[in-house]
Amino acid sequence: MSENSFAIYARGLSKRYGRSWALAGVDLCVEAGRALVVAGRNGSGKSTLLRLLAGSLRPDQGELRIFGDERRKGRAALVAHAAFLYETLTGLENLQVVARFLHKPSGRADLEPLLDRVGLAKRGDDPVQSYSAGMRKRLSIARALLQDAPIVLLDEPYGQIDPPGFAWIDALIGQLRAQGKTVVLASHQVERLAGLCDRALLLESGRAVWSGSAAELPAAFARLEGQRRERMAG
Amino acid sequence: MNQVIAALRKELLLGWRGRAQAMAVIVFGSTLLLLLSFAVGPNATALRQLSGGFLWVSLLFASTLSLAESFRQEREQRALEGLLLLGAHPAALFYGKALANWLQLFVVGAALVPVMIVLYDPGLSGIGRLLGVLALGTAALSAPGTLHAGLAAQVRAQQVLLPLLLFPLMVPVLIASVRASSLLLLGDPMGQAASWALLLVACNGIFWPLCGLLFGYVIEE
Repeated sequence: MSENSFAIYARGLSKRYGRSWALAGVDLCVEAGRALVVAGRNGSGKSTLLRLLAGSLRPDQGELRIFGDERRKGRAALVAHAAFLYETLTGLENLQVVARFLHKPSGRADLEPLLDRVGLAKRGDDPVQSYSAGMRKRLSIARALLQDAPIVLLDEPYGQIDPPGFAWIDALIGQLRAQGKTVVLASHQVERLAGLCDRALLLESGRAVWSGSAAELPAAFARLEGQRRERMAG
Repeated sequence: MNQVIAALRKELLLGWRGRAQAMAVIVFGSTLLLLLSFAVGPNATALRQLSGGFLWVSLLFASTLSLAESFRQEREQRALEGLLLLGAHPAALFYGKALANWLQLFVVGAALVPVMIVLYDPGLSGIGRLLGVLALGTAALSAPGTLHAGLAAQVRAQQVLLPLLLFPLMVPVLIASVRASSLLLLGDPMGQAASWALLLVACNGIFWPLCGLLFGYVIEE
């Protein structure tokens, strides 16, 4: 396949914060409609990778193409640690702001089904500052779904969500895949995502140390942790 | 244009929700006017002559509060970054925010005028045209103010940095606004107020397109 036929194509992708490299020479190819899980310890570069893919950050080195194009903004919907929400506006008003920028219908009737889909139908008229962290995450997901971008980037999708909500996230990933979306997830839930994704990438200190089938991710992750423990002991 | 309207609607909604903050800015400006009147003392002539200058100095200081506030929510949850990721044009975000800031500064200025009249007694003859100067001066303040508030919002020492960046740039705007206001309030036998107002129009003609152009560089990584 040529580099332009991939949904995401990255070669030697690097990002530096000050003097330290958050991401160093990562290669990545994701076919359209596939799901990739990016795993690694805290500070391994997962969130930086997703922010680079979304267009929130500019790479310091390397090449990055989204559907063969270097333009990234508006082509991937990102659910990040920061919820991109306005605290004093209600959940519905936050979605209306997004809908207006996207030139989409922004009436109550147009957006209530989306609030219902993320389980916030009864809290849509409450200001976001009264929401719990999990509810903010759900609204952030609704915001990304409204964008309806061909690529969906989910940074720690299970973070702040209560355990019963995990199954809802699983179903959401399935729905996105059924719609033909390309999904990239950064998560510590390697066992859970092994069955939901096609491919996996393991990052350590900003470097890609393993890539392969998502089904093999738990074993690869355990192997890497074992090697780390041996290094620490030695 | 649709994105500018969307950004303006968002700003007006946020402004309405944060109207208590706008009230606090008006109270701050009024307090400054009161303190400055104490500094001059019970000299009615001096108070009258300085009324225009003190109005604009109070408005300039009060503006740093409202301009900084306009970026607080954008920073808290990285909401501005979220809008940029949707593909929103930085210039559209700038013009929406700058227009809303202009409106807010004009309302603050208009609210300070009666306080200034009560404290400094400059008369009521030029009040109508003073509001016109207020509209021009606050416009010339809001465009670079929004740009610099966006720049200052990227760092921790925002409250210190914003006046340091903004005030030197505001010198010509301040001089023109004070001169035009004073002439309108105290009498303008030579018709000089119009030329100072023209200088404000020229400042707006430079600031608004230039700041719109630069805003993208300020807020993007």
